[in-house]
Amino acid sequence: MKIHEYQAKELFRNHHIPVPEGNVAVSPDDACALAEKLGGFPVVVKAQIHAGGRGKGGGVKLARSLDEVQSAATAILGRPLVTPQTGPQGKKVRKLLVEQGLDIDQELYFSIIPDRSTAKIMIIASRAGGMDIEEVAAKDPDKIIRVLINPLTGIEPGHCKEIAAGLNLPDSLAGDFSTLVENLYGLFIETDCSLLEINPLVITAQETLVALDAKVEIDDNALFRQKDILKFRDTDEEDPLEVEASKYNLNYINLDGNIGNMVNGAGLAMATMDLIKSTGAEPANFLDVGGGADEEMVENGFRIILNDANVKGVLINIFGGILRCDVLAEGVVQAARKTGINVPVVIRLQGTNVEKGREILAASGLNLITAEDLNDAAGKITEIVGK
Amino acid sequence: MSIFVDKEIKLLVQGITGREGKFHTRQCIEYGTQVVAGVTPGKGGQAMDNVPVFNTVQEAVHETGANCSMIFVPPAFAANAIMEAVDGDVDVIVAITEGIPILDMMRVKNYLDGKKARLIGPNCPGIITPGQCKIGIMPGAIHQPGGPIGVVSRSGTLTYEVVYQLTMKGIGQSTCLGIGGDPVTGTDFIDCLKAFNEDSETKGIVLVGEIGGTAEEEAAAYIAEKVSKPVVGFVAGLSAPPGRRMGHAGAIVSGSSGTAQSKIAVMKEAGIHICDNLGRFGDFCAGVF
Repeated sequence: MKIHEYQAKELFRNHHIPVPEGNVAVSPDDACALAEKLGGFPVVVKAQIHAGGRGKGGGVKLARSLDEVQSAATAILGRPLVTPQTGPQGKKVRKLLVEQGLDIDQELYFSIIPDRSTAKIMIIASRAGGMDIEEVAAKDPDKIIRVLINPLTGIEPGHCKEIAAGLNLPDSLAGDFSTLVENLYGLFIETDCSLLEINPLVITAQETLVALDAKVEIDDNALFRQKDILKFRDTDEEDPLEVEASKYNLNYINLDGNIGNMVNGAGLAMATMDLIKSTGAEPANFLDVGGGADEEMVENGFRIILNDANVKGVLINIFGGILRCDVLAEGVVQAARKTGINVPVVIRLQGTNVEKGREILAASGLNLITAEDLNDAAGKITEIVGK
Repeated sequence: MSIFVDKEIKLLVQGITGREGKFHTRQCIEYGTQVVAGVTPGKGGQAMDNVPVFNTVQEAVHETGANCSMIFVPPAFAANAIMEAVDGDVDVIVAITEGIPILDMMRVKNYLDGKKARLIGPNCPGIITPGQCKIGIMPGAIHQPGGPIGVVSRSGTLTYEVVYQLTMKGIGQSTCLGIGGDPVTGTDFIDCLKAFNEDSETKGIVLVGEIGGTAEEEAAAYIAEKVSKPVVGFVAGLSAPPGRRMGHAGAIVSGSSGTAQSKIAVMKEAGIHICDNLGRFGDFCAGVF
């Protein structure tokens, strides 16, 4: 789960990680009031959306007076912000972070991630702060420091020293830096982060360390034990169909294509999307109804696909294991009766209770196209696309 | 022959009294697996059908001689259940549970270091040696005993699809297993490739990968260097958008890394026969093997 920068900074404050003074605003007047409270210029006005590269898209502005705060806030709020990560349509800005500007001496990069191949927690740091870390990695890999931490034993003083040395930090900052790294590691573990990134982490002219930016993502699998974090969920940042799907525990991702699809199992769902693409069409979504799906979930999943205006046809591909074909068929029939189907629907069923499933579909009187196997299904999708 | 499990396996089931645990235990027994014990804390002394239930793995192993555990414990308690099985001295642990937090799995993975137990999963369909034993949730009937093909995959239903098409072509399987769709799993592709390469019954290998991480690339390097048997590969997720988690926690393209395209390129270079049309997977395998 993604959270906003201002929310991440709230977590930082709670874990004694220094961040600039500031708060969140929802209107230009709000922003001015906050700027006034900060009691000094410049202040920084930052768009709060769930995407990186905000500076490049004009979503971060420096203001030296209240007038400039007003105009910056007016320019950013309520409009879509296009960044390298949002896609061309951008993301509408609904909130701003108004922060004290700092006198910056040096910018560093710092992040913590779970490293899947070693099963260790990896701290990544670099003296090239403010830049895209993937760019630094490509151009100047020696500039990147990587330290692996065994989650069973946790962070040790030696880890912090190793990073400080790699960053060439002055001795006078060594103590503060170790505390900072330990607190960040603590936050990472306690809140089940899947990403914690500070870019840049700055050294101010006053020789203090401050997290100028904060990007935190939480492991979706751990949300059951992160009730405090759940309040940070911002459904405005999510696709409306995906929000709807999440109500029914459906694993759904909305895409730009024209062929909807409903599949059981993530791997088969991805492979089915690929199959659709190979016919010359584009998948309109990813939808894994999962092994434990019941009729209601199938019905809602099918309804959500049909609600997507771009969908010109649907492919249902079920390999019944735990999810029985008759349960799937009942759900499809229910949804079709309630919402009606106005596009061709190809259904391929295989596995547990397949005969029963096919009987239910045939008896429904609905205009469904059955496919014998995947190859047949692909051919039938090609026909639909060709029309 | 087979890899990791055969008909001699004595299985215990952690979480046997839950809905899923009960259902799949019965399916495994029906397939012929020797299920000797169940474990549910607080329910020791009861029985699930005729299977005795114990409070702890240690007790179950001591009383029944179980040497393999299948885990259906919910995500919040699954990591502890796996570590309990490790301490209980079983040889093979098959963790079916989906949704275990990554930090928990990282602790488990480090805990396994230097221990004898082999962990398969989590978030996997399990392992089956057709005709001998089924430890997992896969539909047993689609498999054909006797080899000669070993199947290893990061997925569940996609594996069933692949196996089904093999069986339809009359191509049997030695052992089929899913290593799981999570970012951190126990057994990896290389462990399986090594075992299949050494297994006399296995004459060819099917490797089914997907986007995210570098497991396919590492497998390709290993195959190029060490595997003498023909390998057919398939990678799901060519059409997956970057930055989105495609159902499996581990299936995510980060920036430019972990894409299906790059994996396929590396696998082709390693001499793996890449099938690019899942609809014709069976035909493709019939051609290669």
